[in-house]
Amino acid sequence: MKQSDFDVIVVGGGHAGVEAAHAAHRIGARTALVTLNFEGIGAMSCNPAIGGLGKGHLVREVDAMDGVMGRAADRAGIQFRLLNRRKGPAVQGPRAQADRSLYRRTVQEAVENAGNVALLLGEAVDLILESGRITGVELASGERIASRSVVLTAGTFLRGVIHIGENHRSGGRWGDPPSVRLADRIADLGLPLGRLKTGTPPRLDGRSIDWDAVEMQPGDDVPELFSFMSEGVSARQVSCGITRTNSRTHDIIASNLARSAMYGGRIDGVGPRYCPSIEDKVVRFEEKPSHQVFLEPEGLDTHTVYPNGISTSLPEDVQEAYVRTITGLERAKILQPGYAIEYDYVDPRALAASLELKEVPGLYFAGQINGTTGYEEAAGQGLVAGINAALAAKGREPYFFSRTESYIGVMIDDLITCGVNEPYRMFTSRAEYRLSLRADNADQRLTPAGEKIGCVSSARAEAFSAKADALADGKAQLSANEYTPKMLRDAGLSVREDGKKRTPFELLAFPDVTYDDLIPLDANLGNLPRLVRDQLAKDALYANYIRRQDDQVDAVRRDEAVPIPPDFSFSGLPGLSNELQDKLARIQPRSLAQAARIEGMTPAALTLVLATLKQLDRKKSA
Amino acid sequence: MDTIYALATARGKSGVSVVRVSGSRAFEAGRLLAGGLPEARRAGLRILRGSDGSVIDHALVLSFAEGESFTGEPVVEFHLHGSMAIVRAILGELSGMSGLRGAEAGEFSRRALLNNRLDLAQVEGLGDLINAETETQRKQALRIFSGELGAGVENWRKDLLRAKALLEATIDFADEEVPVDVHPEARELLKGVRIDLDAQIAGAQAAERIRDGFEIAILGAPNIGKSTLLNCLAKRDAAITSDVAGTTRDIIEVRMDLHGLPVTFLDTAGLRVAEDSVEEIGIARTRERAALADLRIFLVGKAGEQPDMTPEAQDIIVAGKADLAQAEEGVSGLTGRGVPSLLERVASVLEDRAAGAGIAVAERHRAAMAAAAAAIGNAEAELDYGEDRVDLAAGRLNEAIAALESLVGRIDAEQVLDEVFARFCIGK
Repeated sequence: MKQSDFDVIVVGGGHAGVEAAHAAHRIGARTALVTLNFEGIGAMSCNPAIGGLGKGHLVREVDAMDGVMGRAADRAGIQFRLLNRRKGPAVQGPRAQADRSLYRRTVQEAVENAGNVALLLGEAVDLILESGRITGVELASGERIASRSVVLTAGTFLRGVIHIGENHRSGGRWGDPPSVRLADRIADLGLPLGRLKTGTPPRLDGRSIDWDAVEMQPGDDVPELFSFMSEGVSARQVSCGITRTNSRTHDIIASNLARSAMYGGRIDGVGPRYCPSIEDKVVRFEEKPSHQVFLEPEGLDTHTVYPNGISTSLPEDVQEAYVRTITGLERAKILQPGYAIEYDYVDPRALAASLELKEVPGLYFAGQINGTTGYEEAAGQGLVAGINAALAAKGREPYFFSRTESYIGVMIDDLITCGVNEPYRMFTSRAEYRLSLRADNADQRLTPAGEKIGCVSSARAEAFSAKADALADGKAQLSANEYTPKMLRDAGLSVREDGKKRTPFELLAFPDVTYDDLIPLDANLGNLPRLVRDQLAKDALYANYIRRQDDQVDAVRRDEAVPIPPDFSFSGLPGLSNELQDKLARIQPRSLAQAARIEGMTPAALTLVLATLKQLDRKKSA
Repeated sequence: MDTIYALATARGKSGVSVVRVSGSRAFEAGRLLAGGLPEARRAGLRILRGSDGSVIDHALVLSFAEGESFTGEPVVEFHLHGSMAIVRAILGELSGMSGLRGAEAGEFSRRALLNNRLDLAQVEGLGDLINAETETQRKQALRIFSGELGAGVENWRKDLLRAKALLEATIDFADEEVPVDVHPEARELLKGVRIDLDAQIAGAQAAERIRDGFEIAILGAPNIGKSTLLNCLAKRDAAITSDVAGTTRDIIEVRMDLHGLPVTFLDTAGLRVAEDSVEEIGIARTRERAALADLRIFLVGKAGEQPDMTPEAQDIIVAGKADLAQAEEGVSGLTGRGVPSLLERVASVLEDRAAGAGIAVAERHRAAMAAAAAAIGNAEAELDYGEDRVDLAAGRLNEAIAALESLVGRIDAEQVLDEVFARFCIGK
């Protein structure tokens, strides 16, 4: 066998590519990052913000495994807001506006400082396969680079087409050419492809905005950071503006719908419902007199402003006309018009939970190519693909993220089991174990596993271990004593006279009990550090729920531990409906848990699959 | 994993009925019912009592330790007297225990498989079993979900989906323009479903009787003509009758079709002070069994006489041996006099009850509805605390939906999002 130049080649330097390359580096794999140009590494090609609901969870999880995104966002953050601050901690999501260039520079530094990552500038145009297995990639220069694993993060570059009004041209991102040859190659692999679209708003010159006329939204007084390793913010903090569309805006849009690429019938791809174009909003919610527009600065030393809420594929002149009907934007100058982009994606049901293609060993896909949208979703997948590409290259067992343990696991399982019919975005409601998968405990959930795989630095491992010890001590103190309702009432706490003794930890789950209320019970509790108190209060709030949920979680984990071999035949199983046989054969689930999540699956059908698996096992061992 | 329970033998009247409980809480459940468990793998006679302390049955109880049972989990088996009333009472007790739920089709086998407790032949036989179960499930589902009842379930589904979408919209789209307070609407929807569920739970007993049969105990002093009446009903010699008082010492059953309703008449030992210990047992069993029956017919010496057991509402008191008494009213098994009008009375009582039947045709359905109604109540309570506990309210709602999955089907994240996006203008 030919000596490989690298263990892992990562194609693409976006958010997925960077996390993949960095994760492979952390595991000690000799890694190459192939990208068109260095400046594209870490580029935020859509809105200048990281995190949000569900997305903030993903960033925390990537960080818990020692990934790049959380630290870069903290470094580049110019306005931090914790969404849902007034709701329970399980549904709070950290979010930050980021300085685009500061973010890119931070990510580029991280890649440059990663000792095991070689940067290769050029266009990957072909995949090299030998007897069905990936062995490397070919660059446009004709150079062939050999590797054991390849991670492809092609974003929207596969047959990308950009639409502005009646005009359209090929392109993967504003100013970049699409990857046509690579797309042809992927088509040759016979993978199921689909077409999606997404849009961006016009970018405005901040100097032409009347900031005094719009409402200003500052960040939180105490910024909630992403990384468990960050100490504080470093960039100057700014406010965002909020303004609104009005009936004049809507009239202009409505009378120009025929000129919109999306409404003129020139786009076939499916767009995301949670991020509709302004055309969509005006048509679908006709009764709504006005829509919010957030004016997000793209950075500290740029004047570019991203007007979030008015993405469009109308012609430039219409964009200018409707923008100028909006309060504060009467004289706004458009620096770059909004556009819609259509691109190919690969049906992610072709992937295993490691994000390896089931049909092509050694080839991993991550990011938008799998039908997702968003930096955070891309980063999470990059982490998974990078870890597994590196582990496979080193002959180690794959690492699977479980949906019982992480949002990353939820996302991967959703993608490979259900596929997508619009660009996939994370929401907290996708996670059925939402109350235990919190942004605040991402490190408790994932860092120990990261240490085991070897993708966590010793600095992080030590910091985590100290925190874990402090939490364990604190929990022991909070659980040490039990108090009767009478004792509690004497200490000023109102509880039901049910004769039940309770520990301070149990009391923290009560809606009207705060940590400080507990101190009169036991003065020692006042000595716990603030960080430990806050964390334990969050853990306690959900403890009862999580206990009830544990039975379900155990059942899922047990089913996850029952693998289904890749060549398992679902057709002809007696007792399975034809419809279900077809579905199973198409998705080819790799574990009993994945099979269980397929729509229409019944407990009896699952028992049948399990029985047949056991039968095969016996035959093999006989 | 949840601890599961089910009737392991065929439904209906039989010599012995076995109820099996499997899972980590099986022993705990066994101790609650039986007071204490016999040594593992040894049969022991125990008195099974309900949570209110009442005696349900005398039963053989067996326990199997983890790793030494059919499923590989701790298992307790109750070998009950084969009466539907007793089985129902035991299943009802089990459903009320925390951490226990009715087994899904094939679930015991599934656990046995997971724990490598089945041999190859058994695994091969499982295909047939599952076929049978899926066919039964299909037919049952069809029956339940067709027509009016199907529409009722569809409405619950819509309301739960909508309530969930409202709550999720305030959570996942907090920085979007979701109308300020959607909680009152969510609350209305939840309350509506909860009230419907409560009504169904109340009707569940009748529905189950329609499926398994109503039990009617014939009671009265010895030699009052109970067995003769039963024989008349059965038109055959089902119970041994003689002129010696106290002949019927065990309980004899006759099943019949009464205006389309399945009915089982029970002939019982006469109610009197027993003269020997065997009869004493018979009489004690009669009283227990009569209490569990759906309706009691008391035969008395003459009209207006009161029986020596307190009748419940709608119970029928009628003079027996009307062939001797030459009274206007009464019933005689010998001549058949008064029998048609007695049957009319019984039928009219039962028909009234059957009319209250809903879609909860199995104990499993009733238990699922009860769990869901409780979870919805908890979700409403969390909403009372306000916005900061909406995640907990949504968690309770998930529990309710999970409990009702067997009725309304799965409501998954994608469907909730469909509802959110259809309803609100989301997206910056």
